[in-house]
Parts: sequence; structure tokens; C-alpha cells
Amino acid sequence: MLPTPSQTVGPFYGYALPFPQGGQIAPAGIALTGIAPAGPDARAITIHGHVHDGAGEPVPDALLEIWQPAPDGSRTGAPGSLRRDQTTGGYAGRDGVTFTGFGRVATDPDGSYAFQTLSPGGVPYLSVCVFARGLLHHLFTRIYLPLPGVDWESDPLLAGLDPDRRRTLIAEPVAERVYRFDVHLQGDKETVFLDFR
Amino acid sequence: MPLTQQDISREIAERSRAYTEAGQIQHHPARDYVPYRSSLLRHPKQPLVTVQDPEAVELSGPVFGRTDVTELDPDLTGQHPGEPLGERITVTGRVLDRDGRPVRGQLVEVWQANASGRYAHQRDRHPAPLDPNFTGIGRCLTDDEGGYRFTTIKPGAYPWRNHGNAWRPAHIHFSLFGNAFAQRLVTQMYFPGDPLFAYDPILQSVTDPAARNRLVAAYEHDLSVPEWSLGYRWDIVLDGPAATWIEEGH
Repeated sequence: MLPTPSQTVGPFYGYALPFPQGGQIAPAGIALTGIAPAGPDARAITIHGHVHDGAGEPVPDALLEIWQPAPDGSRTGAPGSLRRDQTTGGYAGRDGVTFTGFGRVATDPDGSYAFQTLSPGGVPYLSVCVFARGLLHHLFTRIYLPLPGVDWESDPLLAGLDPDRRRTLIAEPVAERVYRFDVHLQGDKETVFLDFR
Repeated sequence: MPLTQQDISREIAERSRAYTEAGQIQHHPARDYVPYRSSLLRHPKQPLVTVQDPEAVELSGPVFGRTDVTELDPDLTGQHPGEPLGERITVTGRVLDRDGRPVRGQLVEVWQANASGRYAHQRDRHPAPLDPNFTGIGRCLTDDEGGYRFTTIKPGAYPWRNHGNAWRPAHIHFSLFGNAFAQRLVTQMYFPGDPLFAYDPILQSVTDPAARNRLVAAYEHDLSVPEWSLGYRWDIVLDGPAATWIEEGH
């Protein structure tokens, strides 16, 4: 069957798509205590950065979605990202123990975003989907984490990229368990975007 | 000189002609569609890098469940103490993959302007009235046949600032998840026969006429409820890598 075309998310998704704790992918009850079904890697990591346009200006109305395996490598995900309050119809927030693997964050007026999660199991990357006004069709990219022992040459995507372009996919450690990852939609530092076939 | 509709319509016609001459079917809009001015600095100039990895994380995807949606969410007319103003409609259809198989139990999100063409968003400065009985957000999970159903009101057309006298045709924004993250889709549903279609660079960014038609719902009289609402049907087919339409979905 022929696919339904994409259209831009537009400027007014802000009251519809973002949800409270959208960037709190790491279950708070696990991440704070370090109680860990998967060992010390169950402590939360923070990933933050900015989204820029082709003039280097911040993009204040971008929406980022994150999808990743759980720390144990499972890719089944779990419901509960948008957990609802059945009494008020509002949001109840995540339950603090379930790892759903899914996050959604909108950029602030200065183009910045941040989320907390747990390191993915089995792969060194998180998948990211970028939406924005002006973007007629979303863009996929990946955030690779420079974890100890990771060999970029063994990754089928990174191995095929020039070093300059490869760099755009690798998060920069800025503090313990904190990484920076900027998205450049266009320009000299343009992020590598992906097409899945 | 401020841009006029004539300027934009000329650019739309040029892109349409170039598309026909190229002779290659494109189902999705090009990201560098000049008539939509906001696209200029917000599209990559490097080609996308193709990933053909059967182990790619993007071949799996997020799941949602009954914890994520309440019973009131599919009825956008029932979320406030009073009835919203406007023409009450039902929009229903199925979410399918490219093999025509239903996408089951997945999240469908919609958002839209009210009957006057105003979003409940503080940055929407269109001087049309807000409706205290309408926010314009809906959600549901698809059923076993991939079906979804929303009750809402028909949104109004509204002006925007792409160029002088720019108006968006009435539309409902849709956000869809497939069985794989790579099938993700955000799009807009339009209403049949809208006279603004030809003037709108966002709809016209889909340069293939048949693909453009797939963004337009069908009025279906049997879906209309006597003394109550008008019915529209709109089926959605999610694109995605071949692997997502060969394996059995959940």
C-alpha cells in the first residue's frame, strides 16, 4: 500500500504532544537509589544540548523523541510513558519503576533540551526523532555514548562515516554521567541524519 | 517587497513542474521546499545516511497501553463543562502498515484549532475567539483492526505569516506510532473540497498529486449520525523499512 505523506508538526503542538516527565526516562525510584536490576548502569545519565538551524540560531520549537533498549538490552518497551490520572484526566507522571524506553522533550526558547535515562543495553546508542516547524518530514539521528570499551569501528553505521561526520553522532562527556549532544539541522556542523531501508 | 500569494503560487507551480519532469514518484514532501519559508534553514543539505541493519534499534519501537489514555480522550467535545461551538464531526479510519496489516494497540494523537481557526496556544495571535469548551487535543489506542475514532468539531481555516494573505486549509494534526520507531509519522488530515488547497505551500509540499490526495479525508454519509454529527473516514498507511512490513506485527 502507498504510504500517507508526512506533514510538519507545525508551531502549535506544544499543548498536545509534550507531557510531564517526558524527559524522565530513567525510573526515578531506581535511578535515585541505585537499586538495580541491571547493576551499576541503572544509575541515571543526563543527556542535554541545543538544537540549531542552518544560521546557527537556536530552534525554540523543536520536539525530540527518544527510543532505546532497556539496560538489560530488551527492546519490548512498556506502557506508562504518558501515565494518566484516572480521576482528573490529567497526567499522573511515570510510576517510578517501569522503564518504558520512550521519551519526548520539547526545546526551550533558547533551543535547549535535556533528558535523564539509563544506558541502553547491547548497543552504544539511543535513537532520536526530530520534529519542528519548518521540517516537513521528521529526521532520525542517533546519540552514541562514549562508554568504556566501545569500539566505533565495530558499529555498522559509524564505521562507514568520515571522522568529521561521525563526530556529530557522539555525545560529549561533560561531567560524571552527564553528556552533551547538539543537533544541527543544517550547516558546517550538520548532524548525520538517517534513512532506514 | 513582502512576498505575495502570487510569488508563492509561482514557486509552487515551478516545483510541481520540476516534479513531473523528474518522473520519479515521491510519497513524502522534500524537506527543502522553498515555498514553505520556514523550511529554508531547517533542513539538512547532506543526503541522509542509509541504515540497513537488521539489528537496528529503530526496528523496534515504543508501546503504549491503557495507562496512557483515558476514556474521555477520544471525544474532544466532551472535555469541558459545555459543548464547543462548531460543526460536530466524527473522524474514523484504520492505521495500517505498507502490507495493509493493521497496527494494533498503538497510540494515535490529534490536535487542532477550534471552529474559529484558533489554537489553544498562547503563541497563536490570530484574533479569532478562543472557545472555553474546546482545547483541541485527543488520544486513543488503535483497536484489533487498527481502527481509531475521534469525535470533535471541524476546525476553521486560519491565517499564518508565510507570505501576504497566507491561509491554512482546515486540518487536524495526527501523530502515529507503528510497530517500529522507523515507522513514526506526524502528518495532517484535510477536509474534502477545501478551496485553500491550491494556495497552501504545506499541503503542496507533497508534490505528487495522488500522495496529496491521501491526506484528504472522505466524507462518508453512512458515518454521519442523524441529528448529531457528520462523518469522515481517513485511513493512514505508515511508511517504514521493508523489515517492518515483512515481519508479523504485535
